[in-house]
Amino acid sequence: MNPTELHERAEQERRRQRNLRLRLFLCYSTPCLSAGADRVKAVLDEEIAACNTDAQIDLEVVETGCMGLCSRGPLLRIVQADGSEKIFENVTPESAPSILDACLSNTEPTKVAQLSPDLAFFTQQTRIALENNGWIDPEKIEHSLARGAYGALAQALHDMTPEEVCNEITRSGLRGRGGGGYPTGVKWELVRKAPGERKFVVANGDEGDPGAYMDRSLMESDPHRVLEGMAIAGYAVGAEQGYIYVRGEYPLVAARLAKAIKAAEKSGLLGSRVLDSGFNFRIDLRVGGGAFVCGEETALMTSIMGRRGQPVPRPPYPAQSGLWGCPTLINNVETFANIAPIVKNGAAWYAGFGTEKSKGTKVFALCGEVVNSGLIEVEMGISLRRIVFDIGGGLPDGGRFKAAQTGGPSGGCIPAEHLDTPVDYESLKDLGSMMGSGGLIVMNETSCMPDVAKFFMEFCMDESCGKCVPCRAGTVEMHRLLTRITDGSAVPEDLQTLEELCRLVQETSLCGLGMTAPNPVLNTLLYFRNEYLAHVDERNCPAGNCTLDRIPLYKLPEHVDRLAILKERS
Amino acid sequence: MSVITLTLNGELVSARTGQSLLEAIRDQGVKLPTLCHLDGLSTRGGCRLCLVEIGGSPRLLPACTTEAVEGMVVVTHNDKINHYRKLILELTFAERNHTCAVCVSNEHCELQALAAELGMDHVRYDYLDPDLGMDTSHEKFGVDHNRCILCLRCVRVCDEVEGAHTWDVRGRGILSQVITDLNRPWGESETCTECGKCVEICPTGALFDQGASVGEMKKDARFLRRILDGREKRQWQR
Repeated sequence: MNPTELHERAEQERRRQRNLRLRLFLCYSTPCLSAGADRVKAVLDEEIAACNTDAQIDLEVVETGCMGLCSRGPLLRIVQADGSEKIFENVTPESAPSILDACLSNTEPTKVAQLSPDLAFFTQQTRIALENNGWIDPEKIEHSLARGAYGALAQALHDMTPEEVCNEITRSGLRGRGGGGYPTGVKWELVRKAPGERKFVVANGDEGDPGAYMDRSLMESDPHRVLEGMAIAGYAVGAEQGYIYVRGEYPLVAARLAKAIKAAEKSGLLGSRVLDSGFNFRIDLRVGGGAFVCGEETALMTSIMGRRGQPVPRPPYPAQSGLWGCPTLINNVETFANIAPIVKNGAAWYAGFGTEKSKGTKVFALCGEVVNSGLIEVEMGISLRRIVFDIGGGLPDGGRFKAAQTGGPSGGCIPAEHLDTPVDYESLKDLGSMMGSGGLIVMNETSCMPDVAKFFMEFCMDESCGKCVPCRAGTVEMHRLLTRITDGSAVPEDLQTLEELCRLVQETSLCGLGMTAPNPVLNTLLYFRNEYLAHVDERNCPAGNCTLDRIPLYKLPEHVDRLAILKERS
Repeated sequence: MSVITLTLNGELVSARTGQSLLEAIRDQGVKLPTLCHLDGLSTRGGCRLCLVEIGGSPRLLPACTTEAVEGMVVVTHNDKINHYRKLILELTFAERNHTCAVCVSNEHCELQALAAELGMDHVRYDYLDPDLGMDTSHEKFGVDHNRCILCLRCVRVCDEVEGAHTWDVRGRGILSQVITDLNRPWGESETCTECGKCVEICPTGALFDQGASVGEMKKDARFLRRILDGREKRQWQR
């Protein structure tokens, strides 16, 4: 396929869509499917089949990717031929027929919950990476093409040199969306200049943070966007082979990506001589075995090479020596999802979003104690307050905001007094948390901070690969200390031991997992030290969450006096 | 082979290009503790005892996996690093059952010697005391997982020097454990050549000869260098 044919195919599909009287977009992503979207679809199909026999009405049901408002699913968006749209929440197989009838007869449906298009959840978002989410069927390449997929790739291949593409990405100010925030353009330039006959491009889709599902939704809802970004990267750095690594817990993602890769190859958008240029690019899918550590780039690459998924010390960095010793570009899938819009609209356009040091937008999985939980994409620099109270609609049942957890097990809890902090890489880091991959968990007064820290420590303990001592044994010891704090058996010295151990693990671990594992503890100790002290000194849990029914464990030589007192008492 | 210059603990010293930092440091007679590293095997960077401070690096880096480069400013010992080394050793001791008094390697154990050298005299963390069991199914050798520190020297020597790859690892994190073949008893292994290299280079009493009693298991890991020199340089002298 050449660029002209690509354009024609897209136009043809757009024409077909314009001729439809009604288009029903039914959210078919994992949260809505679990809420019964497939049953709604079955009912709608039946209804439409019944209508078609007597009136030949032109309408289609599109099984789309994630629309965002996951807590109110299944969502159904109905778009009329004139462009007017309505969104319905909590659609059930029972309510679906009446919605369809009402839309066909142009009346307002009754007894059905309809979402206002002015809802802050929709209006306060800036959608770049997610712009096609909810508007296309991810399994139909025509839908993606109609919305301009692979246009940026054609542009890069035919009008730009690899150097120009790298420059464009550098000037856009895009930074790694996996959490580290390394400037993407600089990384691309490093790989482009690295000497090596073979180079590789890797997309990191091994999203494992508790409460985070941005990457899953992206790959599930718009797989071609990620593939296009990878192909542009391949052209820019001089790679002919790409790997997209998806965690084993995301079977739907793997299935959709496999289908998308096949469809793109069949259309000449991937494979040999992409879009009639001299550029060849193959993408292979790799499915992980369920280890969190494989999200760390060096561990991910050893896993792709078929070895035990454990990190190796850096330097050398992947840009110098990655897969099979060749220069390798590895980016998060969300980073790749931002590439096509940058190439298409220019670096200046993208740099117009965000703050001085953090450009563009960031996708967050907003969950926990908020009215509207779901997937959101916001401009960098937006305040946490606007995310939680405008977009999220505040806390349910009049709950009081206590903290927002960002960055998953590597991040920390941001207390209420810092709600007005702009959300960008530096500000979050200054607060002792981090951007991370984009999980955002809102907590109310009933959350006990030592208990939250214990939860994340347990996660890190289970997910430690076991290669280096500080992470393997240190996480277990930290978890034991936190358990003692929350069950009442801690003594004041335990808090000191814990803090010292946190710093040790942070500074001496081999990879990012261990280095950041103590963050939730250090961060909650910084903002909620009183709660720790209440547990240890007063044996009281201010949040009312822990049952402190164990007795303090005196064991150190310094405790001899206290042990004697206990003996006298008994 | 070209020569490079680095600053080691405030003094200018020379090293060869391509040398690891650990080699360069040891060539200067500076003692740097290691457990997982063994001359002749691939580097691993897992025990974290050879961490050193390098000017310009925000993190401590393991000397064994870092290449020595021109102009590097290296500090091998200071209060912070010494303290961290001690804490890491404490974690290693707390992780499994290292009760020296009843160990076959008592007084011939690298872990024990290191604890004495670094002045580690107590453990401030909870002893985890896992009950991991032993495998004595092999005619000549035995493995006591309770004494294993997961340095994986056995896995590497078996794969890289002997070429058998009998040893590997199962599980992850604290549940990691070395296994023979696909977690079959050692005695039933079809790949083991009974060469005994793994036993000889094991730093603790985890791998031992059958019949060895307390304190009887003496090992000499330097044999590995002799084998490799013979193979690579045709030098067969001891």
